[in-house]
Amino acid sequence: MQPEISNGTLIDIQEFDFFYGPKQALFGISLGVLPKEVTALIGPSGCGKSTLLRSVNRMNDLIDESHHEGNISIDGKSIFDPLLEVMSLRKRVGMVFQKSNPFPKSVYENVVFGLRINGENNKGRLDEVVETSLKAAALWSEVKDRLNDSALGLSGGQMQRLCIARAIANQPEILLMDEPCSALDPVATAKIESLIQELKKNYTIVIVTHNMQQAARVSDKTAFLYMGKLIEFDETEKIFTNPSQQQTEDYITGRFG
Amino acid sequence: MKKRTKQITPSGEPWVWLTALGLSVGILMVASILGLIMYRGLEVFWPERAPLWSIRSGDDTLGTELVLGPEVLKQNKSAAHGPDAGTEIQIFQGNRESLGQAFRFISSSDIKAKTLPPEVIWIERMEYGKALGIPIALRLKDGTEIPFGAQNFLPNLDIKVTEAHERWEQIEDLEKNKIGKINREIKSIERKLKNLQGNETQQDNIASLVEKKSGLETQYEALANKARELRTLQDNPTLIYRLANGEQRELAVGQVVEYYFPNQLGFFDRLGMFWRHIGSFIVEAPREANTEGGVFPAIFGTLVMTVLMSLAVVPFGVLGAIYLSEYAKSGLALRLVRIAVNNLAGVPSIVFGVFGLGFFVYMVGGSIDSLFFSDRLPTPTFGTGGIFWASLTLALLTVPVVIVSTEEALASVPRGAREGALALGASKWQSIRRVILPAAAPGVLTGAILAMARGAGEVAPLMLVGVVKLAPSLPLDTTFPFVHLDRKFMHLGFHIFDLAFQSPDSEAAIPMVFATTLLLIALILVLNLGAILLRERLRKKYATGNF
Ligand SMILES: Nc1ncnc2c1ncn2[C@@H]1O[C@H](COP(=O)(O)OP(=O)(O)O)[C@@H](O)[C@H]1O
Ligand SMILES: [Mg+2]
Repeated sequence: MQPEISNGTLIDIQEFDFFYGPKQALFGISLGVLPKEVTALIGPSGCGKSTLLRSVNRMNDLIDESHHEGNISIDGKSIFDPLLEVMSLRKRVGMVFQKSNPFPKSVYENVVFGLRINGENNKGRLDEVVETSLKAAALWSEVKDRLNDSALGLSGGQMQRLCIARAIANQPEILLMDEPCSALDPVATAKIESLIQELKKNYTIVIVTHNMQQAARVSDKTAFLYMGKLIEFDETEKIFTNPSQQQTEDYITGRFG
Repeated sequence: MKKRTKQITPSGEPWVWLTALGLSVGILMVASILGLIMYRGLEVFWPERAPLWSIRSGDDTLGTELVLGPEVLKQNKSAAHGPDAGTEIQIFQGNRESLGQAFRFISSSDIKAKTLPPEVIWIERMEYGKALGIPIALRLKDGTEIPFGAQNFLPNLDIKVTEAHERWEQIEDLEKNKIGKINREIKSIERKLKNLQGNETQQDNIASLVEKKSGLETQYEALANKARELRTLQDNPTLIYRLANGEQRELAVGQVVEYYFPNQLGFFDRLGMFWRHIGSFIVEAPREANTEGGVFPAIFGTLVMTVLMSLAVVPFGVLGAIYLSEYAKSGLALRLVRIAVNNLAGVPSIVFGVFGLGFFVYMVGGSIDSLFFSDRLPTPTFGTGGIFWASLTLALLTVPVVIVSTEEALASVPRGAREGALALGASKWQSIRRVILPAAAPGVLTGAILAMARGAGEVAPLMLVGVVKLAPSLPLDTTFPFVHLDRKFMHLGFHIFDLAFQSPDSEAAIPMVFATTLLLIALILVLNLGAILLRERLRKKYATGNF
């Protein structure tokens, strides 16, 4: 049972299958993500949430002997178009990983990484981007005096927000987040959650989460995946109060998974 | 209450002891060889006292012979003298030119007396090594003599020796720098003339070159005359002294490198002299077929060669490793390449020397000569061994070390960092250049350190591709183009081999062998420490992973 796809759809996933070698991980997923909304992907471990998320910015290209069927398009254009450069796709579609992965560089250099690889070396411009990105990631006040220190000296929550700042500095349209809080303590988690609420004004966000309350708190739409299939996709409110599928209900009430 | 031993000792325990034993044996071996080298190497610089020994001479129990010099060795007599022949001592008596040998064995039972006469003088000479004796007088140029007992003997000797040293410096400057420069100019004019030969249109040019050449030749003559004059000045005054056997000798003060009275020195005088000796060993050039003097050119050659080698091996090794671990498709071919690289590390180094000679020197060097230096042929420029070819040969020898450690370092860069860079839209090369390689830098440096340690200590291949016993000039100097990659060079490792096995008086060279070995080890240590410090700084800067 799928909601009808409205015209303003930003990310349009159509009948998408994904295979790790002979093993199929996703089965005919169809899903539309609206701009400036937070879409949560939930489901038990191994159901294919990360696989789906990583298909959107083609990170799965890195995996040898994998292939896909079906299509994903952003703004009506297929991301698998051979004329489209995967690097420019990834600039439009930022990603925050489950395990925070700042580069072994200074805080400053982490944030400006995306600009530097685009050849931007104007100090004034870089400084400006560092400030706005770190402010947008609610990290500025904490690190403004240690911009030149190693990013690896930050706390776990700060590192994850730095990774968000790094993604934002690239000015993407879409932010993909793969369990961004799973390694963080509750205080840091709360900070990231309120940050997501903030970011929603400017970005379209797809977030994978293990945490049911988190999905309920931060997202507008929720998709429930099970064993590589999309079971239900609807308004978050509806999924958590009145799911139409038995499996969804079993999962969110904690009967399995 | 009896328990079986099996229950008392856990089954792994004996192995712990075995591993501890292995470690102890290893440490003991390393420590004892380092200790020996340290002791024998530093001993060389310590000014020894020079006792006067009265010994029984021949079979005549009444006859007495005098020997002057420090004891260097005490040992049991060899079996040839019978089972209980007692001990004998080895004395360094110097004065090689008149006594025949610098060392002498005397049997302990023959020693009648041992005294420490304060007037004994120890002279380091430019030729024939050390002289030991009792000074008699200083004979000036006009024939007047200042006797040893006189008030003004020592001050005068001091002044004359200093003057002679200054003159040597002038002579060296004239002969090496000034005359050398004119010589090079004359050579280049000669080459130009040879090229212009028979060219009718260039007659004016030829005439002006010939004129210039003759001008240079007169300059050359003038300088050479001046040097000759200075040299004759070095023959006076002379120092007259007596050997232990009564023989009287006369030595030009110009031949004196250093002198002192070993039996008058206090502890701190000796300590000061010890440091001075170490200093001059490091900064001076060798004398007398390398058995005396310092080892500066060898230190310098080793250093320059090691640096050149690192400059060659690190970039290539790193690029190779990047290709192997980041770009190459895994499969049989990749596995074969890896095996080949690892086996390269086990090929005997002399094989690399032969390859370097055949490929770099004859093929590449020969082609360079025929293309760019054909005017100098048949004298080869790059078609003969030189520091560049030696560095490249050693780079080849050490490239597996760099590749293996770089590959390990690359593999240990966390996957997250790679994905992070790619997810921000970086190309593969950008992610390698900007994230993976910096993160792997400490590991790469570890490889460089290992390569340097291996390369700096290697000797065999160098003998084929450019190391020499005595190089006329350093590979780096102040004449254009400053770095002379084609020059032959000296090397501490080869120096050790040369001293120990090729020198005319190997006995006299033994102390130098130890001192040079100590220096080589110290040099490698310094190079490694430098690289380790750099690595620590990088690690701190990035506080990353564990290499
Ligand atoms: N690189 C891979 N190679 C092979 N199988 C994989 C790989 N990554 C994930 N899978 C498999 O694909 C399925 C979906 O994985 P994933 O998308 O990571 O699940 P989730 O993120 O929902 O926990 C799992 O069965 C997992 O074992
Ligand atoms: Mg996952």
